[in-house]
Amino acid sequence: MLSSPLFWQLAIPVLLIVLGFLVGSGRERAHYRSILAREDAMRDLPIISIRRVPEDLPDLGPAPDTRMVRGNAVISVDYFKRFLAGLRMLFGGRVTTYESLVDRARREALLRMRQQARDLGARMIVNVRMETASISKGAGGAVGSIEVLAYGTAAIPAGGGRTS
Amino acid sequence: MILSTLEYVPGKTVTSHLGIVQGSTVRAKNVGRDILSGLKNLVGGELKAYTELLGDAREESLQRMQQQAQSIGANAVLNVRFATSSVAQGAAELLAYGTAVVVE
Repeated sequence: MLSSPLFWQLAIPVLLIVLGFLVGSGRERAHYRSILAREDAMRDLPIISIRRVPEDLPDLGPAPDTRMVRGNAVISVDYFKRFLAGLRMLFGGRVTTYESLVDRARREALLRMRQQARDLGARMIVNVRMETASISKGAGGAVGSIEVLAYGTAAIPAGGGRTS
Repeated sequence: MILSTLEYVPGKTVTSHLGIVQGSTVRAKNVGRDILSGLKNLVGGELKAYTELLGDAREESLQRMQQQAQSIGANAVLNVRFATSSVAQGAAELLAYGTAVVVE
């Protein structure tokens, strides 16, 4: 039975699905834990999509320094999720496995942008925008991995920020 | 050189507008990185090589935009935006553009 090519043709995808399920879901849980912990630590650095720096913030003053900050992340799905999504494509409807993919990529990119702003001594990030690009297509045109870029303008108290 | 996604610079006034400036770069994926990322695709998670590749490429497009702005005598680029387009299979163009201005 082990020498039959049909056996291997079935066994290899099944093994990859099991591997993807075991390793992939563990890694996703670990990533979410890390995202939640870092988001908690960043609560005091608000990010807004309004196009002006709010003028009533006491610690920013009337003329804060502004600098562009950005963060990006490329996240890929595991084999198991890709398989599930492939099934879902047959019936249509909500593809939860890809929902978590884009969610992780966005939150990670935002966190990296906030880290960069914090290193500059910023109090707020204004006019934040996000862009999503699917950079590599998997077999059959399925989404393999996506990139999210988040960028905005950090508002730093005049003279109070660090330079670099 | 001030780069900003806002349409103004707090505490300063725009004295002249010099028009749109842009910088772009086209990058292809590296085969070695591609093989590693192919393996990574099985278990999911972050593809750090690609994150770095795209981060560096965006830095370069920003640099080119700044050079262009400098050459026409600007000291700030406002309303900066990024755009990505795929030129060919496995190659991506990363574009940064904005409005070059003189602020005082």
